[in-house]
Amino acid sequence: MIERLLAWLGRHFDPFLLAGVAGLLAVGLVVLYSASGESLSRLGAQVMNIVVALAVMWAAANIAPQQLLRMAVPVYVAGLVLLVAVALFGDISNGARRWLNIGVTRIQPSEIMKIGVPLMLAWYFDRYEAILNFRNFAVGALVLAVPVLLIAAQPDLGTALLVAAAGFFVLFLAGLSWKIIVGMAVVGGAALPGLWAVMHDYQRRRVLTLLDPMQDPTGAGYHTIQASIAIGSGGVFGKGWLNGTQARLDFVPERTTDFIFAVFSEEFGLFGNLLLLALLLVVIGRGLYIAANASTLFARLMAGAITLTFFTYAFVNMGMVSGILPVVGVPLPLISYGGTSAVTILFGLGILMSIHTHKRLVQT
Amino acid sequence: MSPLALPRLLARFGFRRGRAGFRPRVRGVEIRDLVRALRQFQVRLVICAGLVLFAFLLLLMRFFYLQVVRHQDYLAQAEDNRISVLPVAPNRGLILDRNGTVLAHNYSAFTLEITPKETPDLEALVDALAEVIDIQPKDRARFRKLLDERHDLDSVPIRTRLSDEEVARFSANRYRFPGAAIDARLFRHYPNGELASHVIGHIGRLGERDKARLEKEGVAQNYSSADYLGKAGLEAFYERDLHGVTGYEHVETDAAGRAVRTLRRQLPVSGNNLQLALDLKIQEVAERAFGTRRGALVAIEPATGGVLALVSRPGFDPNLFVEGIDLSSWDALNNDTAKPLNNRALSGVYPPGSTFKPFMALAGLELGKRSPRYTIADPGYFVLPGSAHRFRDWKQGGHGMVDLHRSIVISCDTYYYGLAMDLGIDNLHRFIGQFGFGKTTGIDIAGESGGLLPSQAWKQKRFGQKWFLGDTISVGIGQGYNLATPVQLAFATAILANSGVVYRPHLVRSVESSQSGERRWIEAQPFGTFPIRPENLVRVRDAMVDVNKPGGTAAQAFAGASYAVAGKTGTAQVIGMKQNEKYDESRVAEQYRDHALYIAYAPADNPKIALAILVENGGHGGSAAAPIARAVFDYVVLGKESKPPKPGDPATPEEAAGD
Repeated sequence: MIERLLAWLGRHFDPFLLAGVAGLLAVGLVVLYSASGESLSRLGAQVMNIVVALAVMWAAANIAPQQLLRMAVPVYVAGLVLLVAVALFGDISNGARRWLNIGVTRIQPSEIMKIGVPLMLAWYFDRYEAILNFRNFAVGALVLAVPVLLIAAQPDLGTALLVAAAGFFVLFLAGLSWKIIVGMAVVGGAALPGLWAVMHDYQRRRVLTLLDPMQDPTGAGYHTIQASIAIGSGGVFGKGWLNGTQARLDFVPERTTDFIFAVFSEEFGLFGNLLLLALLLVVIGRGLYIAANASTLFARLMAGAITLTFFTYAFVNMGMVSGILPVVGVPLPLISYGGTSAVTILFGLGILMSIHTHKRLVQT
Repeated sequence: MSPLALPRLLARFGFRRGRAGFRPRVRGVEIRDLVRALRQFQVRLVICAGLVLFAFLLLLMRFFYLQVVRHQDYLAQAEDNRISVLPVAPNRGLILDRNGTVLAHNYSAFTLEITPKETPDLEALVDALAEVIDIQPKDRARFRKLLDERHDLDSVPIRTRLSDEEVARFSANRYRFPGAAIDARLFRHYPNGELASHVIGHIGRLGERDKARLEKEGVAQNYSSADYLGKAGLEAFYERDLHGVTGYEHVETDAAGRAVRTLRRQLPVSGNNLQLALDLKIQEVAERAFGTRRGALVAIEPATGGVLALVSRPGFDPNLFVEGIDLSSWDALNNDTAKPLNNRALSGVYPPGSTFKPFMALAGLELGKRSPRYTIADPGYFVLPGSAHRFRDWKQGGHGMVDLHRSIVISCDTYYYGLAMDLGIDNLHRFIGQFGFGKTTGIDIAGESGGLLPSQAWKQKRFGQKWFLGDTISVGIGQGYNLATPVQLAFATAILANSGVVYRPHLVRSVESSQSGERRWIEAQPFGTFPIRPENLVRVRDAMVDVNKPGGTAAQAFAGASYAVAGKTGTAQVIGMKQNEKYDESRVAEQYRDHALYIAYAPADNPKIALAILVENGGHGGSAAAPIARAVFDYVVLGKESKPPKPGDPATPEEAAGD
């Protein structure tokens, strides 16, 4: 009876993804305990976040891709409406209008679009799969550009970049012409000065800080410098769990959320980093495998976009913490403290599982 | 990609077509398209996988760079972040008199300090604090001054020496005052106030200029924790001994700078203690004897050169300077016409007047220009051969027959005019220079003037002028270009008392190491001696003894003394007198009145103490300065403390009224 229940519960789980996720979550809890100054209440809260996120993953894994396909347009439209609402009525916190108060709670609609945009695009390309041509890509670009611009205007460059990346992966995997890609790269490069002109001051500072953190060691460069010191001082073997001085004496900012990687790296060293990269590669590799073997264009595109977005999260976060990318607010997937990102990411991974297991169910 | 995937996809195409409702126009083209599309997808997925691997490789290279290549560098930076080295101030050495009486010490007291960095609105915080703790306008003024002076300071004191009650009140309301804290600090204290203030000097706030100087001397690091240093007197001269060695505490701190725990401690080494030759009781007797008069006294132990007392009146309260002097006190001290901050004993230069005569007499005897029996008939003035100018004696009509003995006892000017002429300025300069006139004595305190003992060479150099015989004449009675400091006069008197053996005057007798308790003696090494024939010394001494006996110029001051004192009075003119003009004390404004001088040693046959006294604008040496010497000698020789003399004592019989 129990066995059957467990089998029923687990029938849409993918063991490889699940193993990777479990590994990352475990690492995350271990680091969080140290980063939070051995706070059990922080740990408990994160465990609750994870439980909720796992439930969402389970639910997503149990939604058949066909059902997901039907949700694409409503989710996208709802997300778009909410984004417009944020622009009009949103709450301002930390100088940016990102949150929407819907009475019971505050929501961040840009988070919805991390799934909503690739979902919409995948649906769209799937629908026009047979006659896919340049015009479809133009429409796809528009579908992508509107929410990205709305999010960027909040301003929330980090999320905008992630949504743009997710959408771009769909376009790319759907066969966007190389000519256009190269053309866009050239145009984009040429447009950089223009982009500089419309950037906010704090965004410019972040870019300048990346180029030379010592320019402003106590201000914008502080995060980057202290994180680099944390990572560098960890050395090959790390200072050991609970022994990271940079983190535990408050030198690393945001050390339970965006900069948690610095804490991990200080305490576990280069070997720890290798382990983390390996765990991430398990998830990414399995995701790409699922994408390659998916049975519909929609599934292929979704699986590819979700996997590559996951990769983008990880790369952008570690890149920014280790000082090769500008500081943008991107959490390290499954490691950083926080419910929203855990839910979004595990929802995506749940879709991956669904794509893989439902195909199998259909076949057998 | 499994080999089965392609046929599977092909099979799925039919189903797809049916459901989607799209009817391909040319079936063959579509199939090819979709096969190609699938291939394209797979190629692009491989490209993405490559991108992922490339990106991770990039990260790995970055990690390698940070964690292997630059590991040591970053580890050092992390340690730097983590460990603050806090300097720990050493206790300043004590200053004790020769009997162990404390002249300067430290005590611990609570101070209220404000950390400006943690305080957004300083004024508001100070106002709030003032509700709980007594904060006077002068505290605020000093606080503001300190803020302006030192920007690198973490915390700035606003009130010092809090009472226990104030500490309690603050602690109870502490949450209301972020950025304010109570700290226990050591304070310098001078328990005797004004007494000996010019000897001890004072410490003061370490300013930017002091820092630059310490930097140049290469000892700035030892002052990393200090906010004060010796500024005047012994506190300044013996700064290196008194200051000690700064200790260090290695403290683990968090990013906000809060100390988490102490990792390592290197204790500070307290400063060395100074034990003075000075006897505070003698000092006190002397200062009391001055009353409210301005002037200076230096008393030296002839056998060692140890300074028994060094007075400069008026004095000041050195405690005012300890925490940085407030503006109104500073103005009061600076604008006082009595110049209480001037150390008259060291830096005040005065014509030695008739106190110069014993040295002149000795020069005459030693250089063979006068015999003891040589006698002049004093008409009351001296005229250079071939000149009409009269150098007047202080006594109109003259002293009659005057030999060497009497010239000292009654202080005959005419005798010394002639002697000066016969000696010549350069002989005079050479012989009397041996008593220390014209150059600093080398006493262990800063700010000493060299005085002036003129010579031909000096005048040529200073004015580019030839020396005139007429210049020599007034030098003979300690006037003219002649200038000396009280410490020089005392030094010369001590040499006289010591029969020509010279000990450098020094205030500090020994420096006691705070670590080992060992004493370093700064002691009586005679650094020079010059031969004086004993019979000449005896002649001069006998005359100086008679100065204080009936008929002498200081007879009244020493009336009834049970011991013999060898002394000489002096009066130094402040303003020049025209020919035939008569000096009338009552008609001259106080600051132009003559300075009263007196040099002496006692007991005459076995000198324990030699001193020089100057009373500014005091009038006659016999009546104004000698009574101070009497009080000091009575204490030193007899152990008796006499009553302070009244400054307005009426001047005296003829003999004593003189010079």
